Amino acid sequence: MDAATLLLGLSTLRLATPLALAAMGELVAERAGVLNVGIEGMMLGGALAAFSVGAATGSLLAGCAAGIAAGLALAALFAYFVLRRGADPIVAGTALNVLALGLTGVVFRSLNPAGSALARAPQMGEIAPALNLYLLVAIALVAGVAFYLGRTRSGLALRAVGERAEAAHVQGVNVLRIRLGAVLFGGACAGLAGSSLVLWISDTFVEGMTSGRGFIALSLVLFGGYRPLRIVAGALLFGAASALQYRLQAASSAIPYNLLLMTPYLLTLLVLALLAGRVRAPADLARPFEPRD
Amino acid sequence: MTRLRAFAQPIGAAAVALAASAALLALIGADPLEAFRALVSGALGDAIALENTIVRMGPLLLVGLGVAIAFRCGIWNIGGEGQLYVGALAATALVTRGPGLGSGAVALPLVLLVGAGAGALWAGIAAALRVRRGVSEVLSTILLNFVAVLAVAWAVHGPLQEASGAYPQSDALPELARLAILPGLRRVHAGLVLAVVLPFAVWLLIFRSSAGLRLRSVGLSPDAARYAGVSPERETTRVLLISGALAGLAGALEICGVTGRLFENLASGYGFTAVAVALLARLSPLGVLPAAFFFAALATGSGAMQRVAAVPSVAVQVIEALVILFSVGFAMPKSRTS
Repeated sequence: MDAATLLLGLSTLRLATPLALAAMGELVAERAGVLNVGIEGMMLGGALAAFSVGAATGSLLAGCAAGIAAGLALAALFAYFVLRRGADPIVAGTALNVLALGLTGVVFRSLNPAGSALARAPQMGEIAPALNLYLLVAIALVAGVAFYLGRTRSGLALRAVGERAEAAHVQGVNVLRIRLGAVLFGGACAGLAGSSLVLWISDTFVEGMTSGRGFIALSLVLFGGYRPLRIVAGALLFGAASALQYRLQAASSAIPYNLLLMTPYLLTLLVLALLAGRVRAPADLARPFEPRD
Repeated sequence: MTRLRAFAQPIGAAAVALAASAALLALIGADPLEAFRALVSGALGDAIALENTIVRMGPLLLVGLGVAIAFRCGIWNIGGEGQLYVGALAATALVTRGPGLGSGAVALPLVLLVGAGAGALWAGIAAALRVRRGVSEVLSTILLNFVAVLAVAWAVHGPLQEASGAYPQSDALPELARLAILPGLRRVHAGLVLAVVLPFAVWLLIFRSSAGLRLRSVGLSPDAARYAGVSPERETTRVLLISGALAGLAGALEICGVTGRLFENLASGYGFTAVAVALLARLSPLGVLPAAFFFAALATGSGAMQRVAAVPSVAVQVIEALVILFSVGFAMPKSRTS
């Protein structure tokens, strides 16, 4: 393997990781029956928190923890409106995305007034990209989620809540608590994914920097057929496409840059068109549940 | 009682959202009262401000109207932004690169129709993906937004770039493709008359025609609609095409009535604001009028808020999002919006 291929491979892993992290969280939420369209916003919140705390403390771990906390906080807000107030998850998720875009803009601009030199967040990965902590966490997360959903009693209960909330409720499962836990887990994963954008992929924050990665992660869950390993395969496909696209941008000006930037979205649409209809979603996905007794 | 609540609830939701936003502003160290005063005077304070608000209301009204009727049919069109961009792109391409357009009387309707048609086509992709391939329109319309925005960026750097090549923008539209400014006004253009009339036309379509009944029946229950001989697939396609056409028309009106040329970031966020407009209007075609005015005022005033009170203009997105959350979480509790 020559150096160029190796670099492309590493770049693929790096770009696939945030997608895989966010998609694992979304997978758990959807398996519990909650469609979370707000992960884009949760990623963005995680990215800003990781940048602010990372740059202020110089600590990778503190930045990472702040990213997770921001994702959790936004997920809690989403859970309140969807699980408590019965808001439609698509509407609430869309609102959450706009909220995160606005909030991160306000906070970022008040932290970095125009003209002030931008702080840089610490970065991991330049030294030994292949042994990156994020990559290890992502591998552990995929294995953990696969094991939890497929092999544990609690994972079985969570799937039951997504498939037949009413039946699970009759059997004594606390549907709302499981859904809350799943949404919070999804938010934490999205926040972690957002932090990796700042602490691994770029060392600064740019408004709207998630640029649709949350929606791509959402699509990955669907065309991975709700199975962890297939979702990872999808994330790698996208990582490879993005890595290639950056390579092409750098190598030639024959294809306009804006058209190259379209590739991840067009690829997502194409794969959705090929596979979406064949996937069976959890039966009670996005259906509100109210315990009657 | 219900009629009263139908009016009171959106106003309550907006008020709570404004209060929550004030708390947030205070939290980041801004003076909420000063910020809101700047916001209101920037949006409604004098004739120029009011005209700016009315001009801004046009696209929000049209895109919001499209979103509202789609939601009524149970379709989540979150792609208003992309449909607007494609409408603007097609209108510009026709005027600056197309064959001669003849006289203004022919040119303008043609340009607006092409804009609407392009928006409909763009939404039609989502419709085809949903009906034929089972792809959720939530994802496809969002993804198509990104593609449309990039397509405009590509066009103004490439095939549609102005002849002088100085900036990434199209040539200025010739006079015959520009909408006239209404007499006695500075910015309010003739297209806004169309924008204000359309909600009434759509109201008639939805509530006073059998086609509208079919659309609504699918939103209420696709299974029952199918049993009654209505094809949910056809209605889905139809409502997405109408919805996209309204957004595409909005894009063409922006180009012909306001900006006079195409450039990047033409209308960033209009698509999402339109979702807020539709929800605050409680999916009523006529309710879209005051709701669009409200959000247009917020958007217009945000510039003044930034200048006077040093509150970043993106704070308006926070208010928008809170209005959506409070209007679906409190004003319409325990019910699906469709």
